[in-house]
Amino acid sequence: MEVANVIDEKKAKFMTPFEGSSALVDARPELKSEADLALTEIAVPTTRTEAWKYTRVGKIVNHDWNISPSTAGDIKEITNLDAYRAIFVNGIYDATKSNLPNQAGVTCQLLSEASDALQQMGELSDHNSDWLEALNMRYAQEGMALSVEANTTLDKPLYIVHYTDNTNVAAINRHLIQVARGANAEVIVHYVSNQTAKSFQSCVIESFVAENAELQIDKIQEEMTGESYIHATEWTKQARDSRFNIRTVTLSGQWVRNNLNIRVAGENCETHLFGTYMPRAKEHVDNHTMVDHLVPHCESNEVYKGIVTDKATAVFNGKVYVRLDAQKTNAFQQNANIVLSDDAHMYSKPELEIYADDVKCSHGSTTGQFDEEAVYYLRARGIGEASARKLLVQAFIKEIVEAIGDDAVREYCLNRLEERLDQ
Amino acid sequence: MLEIKNLHASVEGNEILKGLNLEVKPGEVHAIMGPNGSGKSTLASVLAGNEDYEVTEGSAHLDGEDLLDMGTEDRAREGLFLAFQYPVEIPGVSNINFLRTALNEIREHKGQEQLSAKDFLRLVKEKSALVELDGKLANRSVNEGFSGGEKKRNEIFQMAMLEPKLAILDETDSGLDIDALKVVAQGVNAMRSPERSFLVITHYQRLLDYIVPDVVHVLYKGRIVKSGPKELAMELEEKGYDWIKEEVTA
Repeated sequence: MEVANVIDEKKAKFMTPFEGSSALVDARPELKSEADLALTEIAVPTTRTEAWKYTRVGKIVNHDWNISPSTAGDIKEITNLDAYRAIFVNGIYDATKSNLPNQAGVTCQLLSEASDALQQMGELSDHNSDWLEALNMRYAQEGMALSVEANTTLDKPLYIVHYTDNTNVAAINRHLIQVARGANAEVIVHYVSNQTAKSFQSCVIESFVAENAELQIDKIQEEMTGESYIHATEWTKQARDSRFNIRTVTLSGQWVRNNLNIRVAGENCETHLFGTYMPRAKEHVDNHTMVDHLVPHCESNEVYKGIVTDKATAVFNGKVYVRLDAQKTNAFQQNANIVLSDDAHMYSKPELEIYADDVKCSHGSTTGQFDEEAVYYLRARGIGEASARKLLVQAFIKEIVEAIGDDAVREYCLNRLEERLDQ
Repeated sequence: MLEIKNLHASVEGNEILKGLNLEVKPGEVHAIMGPNGSGKSTLASVLAGNEDYEVTEGSAHLDGEDLLDMGTEDRAREGLFLAFQYPVEIPGVSNINFLRTALNEIREHKGQEQLSAKDFLRLVKEKSALVELDGKLANRSVNEGFSGGEKKRNEIFQMAMLEPKLAILDETDSGLDIDALKVVAQGVNAMRSPERSFLVITHYQRLLDYIVPDVVHVLYKGRIVKSGPKELAMELEEKGYDWIKEEVTA
């Protein structure tokens, strides 16, 4: 009992700073009590929990965070990007830095002010049985609600920046995206931490992609100064004939856990998931993905590539379910990794569960070292060893970064990648 | 140009080169022939700086510079080029990007300015025509999905781009059909000049009909045991290597 008390005390101490701030869930009392119940009843996941085997939630729960105000300072962002902007500084929406869409057929507003979206909040996410998602649901401060009406194309991407610049700040946000029948939208979500000590960001995005609609998400994560702890979750539900593409680029981060959950609930859908990570020093990047094929005639394609060096750790866990009804599914998954040092760790676990019998599914996982023969070949042409390795790293990651549709975002990622390789 | 004295080299503790001497003067083409396992490819690898091989004795100089003291990239920057027997496939690195990086690093080493994109592309066009390499291959990943002949032509194309002082061709002819062989030879011949030397390692005399050597050497058990004019290659083709082996053991 004493141990349990200590843990409960830790939990309570961890959550105390969040209690004071108003939460999105205030508008949904039933969700609030569900989340409260989950936070009380569910134990904080430990490495004995399968889904958290390699990633310690204790690193977040055992730290003292604070909710602190948005600051007036400049933020780090992708400057030459032609997009609408929704800027969150330390979890708080900054209207002066933002520029929301003002387009016929598009509604983009704060989630706290979007009554329809608030009603849909929590429809996909798992705040009842996942402790960190319950935490997000219970304490999310603010977020965006983007709604694109039928047959409307959002004329520029929506660029959502989650920026932190206060010491030990926690920022808890959630967004909701509705792309109606035949509509198109592109959203770029950029996590940037730039503070002393640490920051903790929790974000859940629920997306509803209607019949014949298309949603593209680029998710970029990086830390400038200090250490960032990021728990980022996407829940997406696809209706028939829809397309959903998501690219996750983790440039840096002390502790990053991405959960990507896609329910392919309508026939003839297409889903592409690309991801890359390059942790170094003592960084830790964990990507958990889940594609759930519920119906026939859909195609999903997943490629994650990582380069792990120094004492860093990376985790890839990719679940693909092909349910009994999901005949004629094409599901492809690949995870490839290069481990550059003896102290670096890569844990890769592809999981395919197939219940239908007429499907094409494949998965592959490779983890290896540099191709030293290729390094030698490049050197034999006069290319120095460092540049040779850089060329090979870029070549390895290129497939992922080049999948990014927006030129400015792609260039930004390539430049940041290059800077990182030069360090 | 190239001066090798009493070169001994081993791989995984086995001595392969056992006191090899060779001198190649500027503008000369030397052919190195010999039975399998005689050390031909080892010689190429040691000269290029492959770290799998350990030099235990002797010296090798290129224009007076101690080759053995340099890393692989510095040897290349000093003007040594090895056309690989088995060119490596490098997915994701385009031929063009690779060559531009190589050329610029070599130029930087020599204190020359970087080539402009326009000049570089003009050079690519000119040199790829030399080996009849399809322009599309230049944009593809290095050697990825290339046929055997395309890989070898790509080696000669790279040589033409980098304009080395000394080019070593390690069995560039092996496995090539006669048309591809002619193209490769034509590329090499176009590059012959009084300032450039070639070391042509081959198993077959056939190549030497097209790239006519000044001197033919026979490498056997890690040493050069016989040298002669181009007619020596004909003799080897007719009689095989047994008579050489007998001469050596006698």
